[in-house]
Amino acid sequence: MGVINYFKTLFGAIATLLTGLKTTITVFFRKKTTQCYPENRSTLKISERFRGTLTMPVVDGKTKCIGCGICQNACPNGTITVITRSVVNPETGKAKKELDRYIYDHGSCTYCQLCVNACPYDAIKFTPEFECAVFNRNKLVMQLNPVVETEEVKPNVEPENK
Amino acid sequence: MFDFSIVTSWIDSMLRGVMPAWAALTIEYVLIGVVILLVYALIALSLIYMERKVCGAFQCRLGPNRVGPMGIFQAVADMVKMLIKELIYIRNSDKFLFKLAPFIMITASVMAFGCLPFGRGLHVLDFNIGIFLLLSVSAVSIVGVLLAGWASNNKFSMIGAMRSGAQMISYELSLGISMLTMVMLAGTMSFSGIVEAQADGWFLFKGHIPALIAFIVYLIAGNAETNRGPFDLPEAESELTAGFHTEYSGLQFGFFYLAEYLNLFIVSAVAATVFLGGWMPLHIPGWEGFNAVMDYIPSVVWFFGKTYLMIFVLMWFKWTFPRLRVDQILTLEWKYLLPIGLFNLMLMAIIVIFGLHF
Ligand code: SF4
Ligand code: SF4
Repeated sequence: MGVINYFKTLFGAIATLLTGLKTTITVFFRKKTTQCYPENRSTLKISERFRGTLTMPVVDGKTKCIGCGICQNACPNGTITVITRSVVNPETGKAKKELDRYIYDHGSCTYCQLCVNACPYDAIKFTPEFECAVFNRNKLVMQLNPVVETEEVKPNVEPENK
Repeated sequence: MFDFSIVTSWIDSMLRGVMPAWAALTIEYVLIGVVILLVYALIALSLIYMERKVCGAFQCRLGPNRVGPMGIFQAVADMVKMLIKELIYIRNSDKFLFKLAPFIMITASVMAFGCLPFGRGLHVLDFNIGIFLLLSVSAVSIVGVLLAGWASNNKFSMIGAMRSGAQMISYELSLGISMLTMVMLAGTMSFSGIVEAQADGWFLFKGHIPALIAFIVYLIAGNAETNRGPFDLPEAESELTAGFHTEYSGLQFGFFYLAEYLNLFIVSAVAATVFLGGWMPLHIPGWEGFNAVMDYIPSVVWFFGKTYLMIFVLMWFKWTFPRLRVDQILTLEWKYLLPIGLFNLMLMAIIVIFGLHF
């Protein structure tokens, strides 16, 4: 029995080693996945799922964000600051909270995606945009919702926190 | 086919013509030393570059491609970086042995390097016991590894050195036995004799089954001898940082690095010489035209082509198989390779006695 087992192990081992060698040699001749950035900058393909920058998609001039602040609480780094204001609905006369400014400090984001997962309205998502280098750290702090230039024309606006 | 001994004997007679024999000899020794060291360094650089490219390809990436076209100067840049690094000596280490160890490593590999037949008539040391000499001088590097581990006064180095001691001494046996098998077939131990004997077919084909088994045993044992993956547990990065050369820096680390790659080259060159005919072109008995065409390719090209092919195979092994545990390594040697090698030796003896080879 011992002898039979010995040769069984031996030939089994050789067969599996050959399988391994076959696998690696196919990879050897496969097309390489390396992207020669920056030479191929114009044709660069980055996975859709790559987390480069947090964005808030705007559809018809509106975002889906309701300013609930769940993402702000979910963020472990204090990267997100949600500033809301209270708006009075002219028809019902009821005051309602809505998003004023959504501040994202790119410099302290660890791309953990907890904020995106936490958002109940899918208002934010990551894009593969990765060329984010700037010369000044302040430039990394950005407002994600569309910036409204003329604050004065909206009378009922008063920022709630801060 | 061009015979390099014409060049060497021409240099020799020219030198002897203008000066006494002892002076001519001295100059020749120095010349050979310089040439050998230069070739040694160049081969090491090419191997480092090749390893990084091959490793990259096996991992589906491109490897170095920034320094120079296709990154060919990457190894040179690394070498310059290594040369200007600081040499750090550890307090409480054995200073003398610590400095001695890299030199032992590099001396052993340069000496083994000198035994190789690079081409027709291009041979530094042609002993009648060439293989024996090569095996013994390359075995000296074990002393270097053990000394390095001991002198560093570091647990990791010590464990790495002990492991490599156990590993290299065990695999030395299989290496010797597989060589012995081929020596039996060749009937000589000198490299020139072995290469000449393969003029009508390489030993791998002439010796058929036992030669093939000896070839595989040699490749495994040789790979273990060079401390490269999957047998790289003397310097297993994940457990021992860098094993026996953890404490070395700068040029001294460079010596270990060079010696590792040159040992790879030597193991492959010996495999190419003993099994694949060395610088002997591919000759098939009966195909005269084909043989004549093959003879037009220079012998050096044949030698380096075969050697680099073997190096590629060893790199293929390295980047395919995971590292073995130390008990698995010893099991492989003592329970599998050694019995198979001994059996193979007997088989070869029978085949040689009854003339069953081609
Ligand atoms: S990805 Fe993580 S760190 Fe970045 S903003 Fe979202 S929760 Fe904060
Ligand atoms: S992005 Fe989502 S979670 Fe964050 S405030 Fe807006 S709606 Fe709430």
